[in-house]
Amino acid sequence: MADKETKSHQTIDSLLDTEKTFKDRVAYFGRFLWRDRGGVIGLTVFLIVVFAAVFAPLITNQSPFDQDLRSGKLPPAWKEEGTWEHPFGTDSLGKDIFSRVIYGTRVSLMVGLFGVLIASILGLLIGAIAGYAGGRLDAAIMGGVNLILSLPYLLFVVFIATVLGRSLLNVILIFGITDAPIFARVTRGEVMRIRESGYVESAISAGARWPTIIFGHIIPNLLGPLITLATFEMSAMIFYEAGLGFLGLSVPPNEYPTWGNMLAAGRKYMTSYPWMASFPGLAIMFTSLGMNLLGDWLRDVLDPRMRRSRK
Amino acid sequence: MGRYFLSKLIQSLVLLFGVLFLVFMMVRVTGDPAALMLSREASPEQLEALREEMGFNDPALVQFKRFMSGAILGDFGNSLHFKTPALPLVLERLPATVQLASVGLLMAIIIGIPIGLVGGFTPGSVVDSVGRFVALIGQSVPNFWLGLMMIIFFGVRLGWFPTFGRDSWNSVVMPAFVLGLPVMGQLVRLTRSAVLEIRGEDFIRTAHSKGLEPRTIYLKHVLRNVSIPLVSVIGVQFGYMLGGSIYIEAIFSWPGMGGLLEQSIGWRDFPLIQAIAVFTSLIVLLLNLLTDLAYSIIDPRIRYGR
Repeated sequence: MADKETKSHQTIDSLLDTEKTFKDRVAYFGRFLWRDRGGVIGLTVFLIVVFAAVFAPLITNQSPFDQDLRSGKLPPAWKEEGTWEHPFGTDSLGKDIFSRVIYGTRVSLMVGLFGVLIASILGLLIGAIAGYAGGRLDAAIMGGVNLILSLPYLLFVVFIATVLGRSLLNVILIFGITDAPIFARVTRGEVMRIRESGYVESAISAGARWPTIIFGHIIPNLLGPLITLATFEMSAMIFYEAGLGFLGLSVPPNEYPTWGNMLAAGRKYMTSYPWMASFPGLAIMFTSLGMNLLGDWLRDVLDPRMRRSRK
Repeated sequence: MGRYFLSKLIQSLVLLFGVLFLVFMMVRVTGDPAALMLSREASPEQLEALREEMGFNDPALVQFKRFMSGAILGDFGNSLHFKTPALPLVLERLPATVQLASVGLLMAIIIGIPIGLVGGFTPGSVVDSVGRFVALIGQSVPNFWLGLMMIIFFGVRLGWFPTFGRDSWNSVVMPAFVLGLPVMGQLVRLTRSAVLEIRGEDFIRTAHSKGLEPRTIYLKHVLRNVSIPLVSVIGVQFGYMLGGSIYIEAIFSWPGMGGLLEQSIGWRDFPLIQAIAVFTSLIVLLLNLLTDLAYSIIDPRIRYGR
């Protein structure tokens, strides 16, 4: 891994080298992309999903809400009875599946983005306090964090969601809070490592004050591992949100189309109209695959030492 | 050794107390637990009757004491749906879930570890590439969706396996595979990286240079060290599978705890949900304890150090 990193740095350096001709640079860039093809694929997938969420009304002119019982249960366009008006077919109420998959990216991304934001801020605070304070406080906080992480996660998410009821805000809060311990553990480990590293010691001995150490040394070094973790956790949250939707515990189905709700609705018609459940599932898989590839690549590039912390 | 184990035991007991407290609090945090448990159409009289029956009108401390003393004896009250004690209902479903998780874990181990070993010894080979692809898929495919697709394909189209229930010997194949797939992916990754890491260690080079046979080195030195991270992950994952089988059991109508949980969510049967949550946590905590024990037996560094 270390070898790979130095290589990619060399490539970046050579890209910036002004002596090289334009053609050389394109060739280098091509090689750079090819070697990190997993990361490139992951990034592309992620951008496609973000694009779909932002520009959903431009991608499809079908409304994801319009019901039309006369054109219900239409198969995908490439089947015999299908039409290109509904490329992925329609569900039992005649809603267009393609546009529901496209609009579904919005809830998924929102849950992933805000969930990770809340979890990382909470985790950063808890982990930084534990890592910086050390001693008994650290032992107490980390004891609690590790214990929480050893619980059956899914079970408690399901339990809490049942109690709180279905809403987008609840789902975001549940994931944001229950996922914070992982961020706390990684932050704490990194803070400990950075604090004991040679360069922080020499900065202290050179007379640097604590704001310089925290903002100049510790936070920049924390960012790499945290961004990597955030990518994996975002992928996991999108996954779990769909799972909650599948159990009927996520956003109410009449409010906004979500992949999990589509799966839950399609499950009833699985054997006779399989496309209703296939496409939202493929969308989840596509997103998750892309984000995992992106995370793997970020881990290699940003911090070769970091190992996956969970699943 | 004894001290190490004792501190782990105390930690687990503290956590179990925390779980009970959380479960107690969560049901009451919305204000009116009776409204939570009944449907929206329930009349005020019905609500009041349930409040009286469940003791929600008592002071919080009294309720907590009653809940805790009941829980320690395994009494979580009566299921609202079945009108019988909750815990026996959960225990009745336990064997099916344990069977599902065990078969799934076994599949993951039998397929995942050999692929990971080959990948670690020959990085870049065909087996390695296939293994890494399997690992990526196992991580990314939503298993509840994969379950649906397998039912359509292998159950309905090809008719190889039953699509629901637990009636014939091969009923377990599809749900167990789906449940085990993410674990399989993780085992491939972990085994591979552990082999790669340990192969680069000084003591392996020493073993080579003192003329040990490669086979002895692999079996005695590499495999033993690879088994350390594997044991901990397998233990943790088994607990994860027991707690995470809810989707799989719901899809395949598997008569286990996960299926019961899905049904009791629909019924808003909170005594039953509480019993499942606490009981599953208890099993997971026990598994973690056993894993720690196994860990310290394999790896003497843990016994003596830290």
